[in-house]
Amino acid sequence: MIAAKLGAIFFSMILVNNYVLVKFLGICPFLGVSKQLSSAVGMAVAVTVVMAMATAVTWPLQQLLERFDLVYLQTIAFILVIAVLVQLLELFLKKFIPPLYVALGVYLPLITTNCAVLGVTILNIDEGYSYIESLVCAVGAGIGFLLAMVLFSGVRRRVEDANPPKCMEGLPITLIAAAITALSFTGFGGIVENIFGV
Amino acid sequence: MKAIIIASAVIAVIGLLGAVLLVAASKLFAVTEDERAKEVELVLPGANCGSCGYAGCAAYAKAITEGAPVNQCIAGGAAAAEKIAAIMGVEAGDATEYKAMVACRGDLSHTKKRYEYHGIPTCAACNVLYNGDSSCPFGCLGFGDCVKACKFDAIEIVDGIARVDPKKCTGCGACKTACPKRIIFMYEYKRKPKPIVMCSNHKKGVDTRRECTEGCIGCGKCVKNCPVNAITIHDNVARVDYDKCISCRKCVTNCPINCIIIPDRELVGAEET
Repeated sequence: MIAAKLGAIFFSMILVNNYVLVKFLGICPFLGVSKQLSSAVGMAVAVTVVMAMATAVTWPLQQLLERFDLVYLQTIAFILVIAVLVQLLELFLKKFIPPLYVALGVYLPLITTNCAVLGVTILNIDEGYSYIESLVCAVGAGIGFLLAMVLFSGVRRRVEDANPPKCMEGLPITLIAAAITALSFTGFGGIVENIFGV
Repeated sequence: MKAIIIASAVIAVIGLLGAVLLVAASKLFAVTEDERAKEVELVLPGANCGSCGYAGCAAYAKAITEGAPVNQCIAGGAAAAEKIAAIMGVEAGDATEYKAMVACRGDLSHTKKRYEYHGIPTCAACNVLYNGDSSCPFGCLGFGDCVKACKFDAIEIVDGIARVDPKKCTGCGACKTACPKRIIFMYEYKRKPKPIVMCSNHKKGVDTRRECTEGCIGCGKCVKNCPVNAITIHDNVARVDYDKCISCRKCVTNCPINCIIIPDRELVGAEET
């Protein structure tokens, strides 16, 4: 039963409640770094790591805040934690994976303000998930982000080859393509609940 | 009042913990940067073409400060190598200049179209459809994937095939990777240039002839005339062994199709004389 619930959370985060394509959080890196598959994957993995680490820290932090009646500090405390984690990741990448560090460029520190990361930590609390459920949800959200990035970088390469009309070149046609990709994800609605029977 | 103090204190404590963590991490993951790397990077062209074998100009600059040879930048050439040598205080050495050559002469008057192509206007896309619309399945398609890849604006499409302007070409090799037909070669650009076989059609002479009137038919006349045995016929196309070649130009004058050329004489020299 627990496994079914965790599975349902995990897969619904990837397909049904995809953060980028269904909830429209984290659009900035979605449009900014999806030009190349390699940097898109790098970005998505970085975001997944930050999401998982942030949830691992913010969930206990939330319990602490609730105990001392300081829930109104939730947003600022969470952002502080996320900022620290992103900085940590940046130092780590600079040391061990310099090409990825260069490829991600300004988008790496911008993970701090990626609303998908703050979104996943806060929505975990709002849904009333346990610690394990929150972690599964965070990793699922990250994988969902990865899926969206990989799919869209493929879409985008084709869009750029297709010579759209002058007025549509660049961001306009990209946004239209993103909208159609998002539309396709609505087709997954209800599928996970039925498979896992939750 | 009390609430404000508690709230501030909590945030300050979280911030402090984070700060301690980051300080520890920055000590642990410290990257030492050589100041000369920045200077070297300014000398490099900054196109991040990757022909030096490193990820980009910044990566190569960093490698130089760690002892990599200073003459690896093909785009910057001898000038850049000298400047870098001055910064690093070492000898520049010889930087060989390379230029790109599209080894195909099958322009619109020498080849035909096999079908009308209305798809995505790139060589890569057209190539997927029965090896492209040109009658020669090995030749240049002329949609300009190399033109788009060139960061130095050195390639243009003339009569349906790509032509490289050796004056603008820096030899970075970006076009070589972009070409789906793999017919762009890098040749050594120097006083006595060596001949280039301007065809890659691996079919037999008769079939080549049917597809393109400028293609190498593998007749072997160049092989017989070469005084140092530097030319072989490989898959019905002449190949020049540049280690043996002495630039005597006998193959050029003897080729019945004129598909062996000396780059300077045909392109650069023609403009200068």
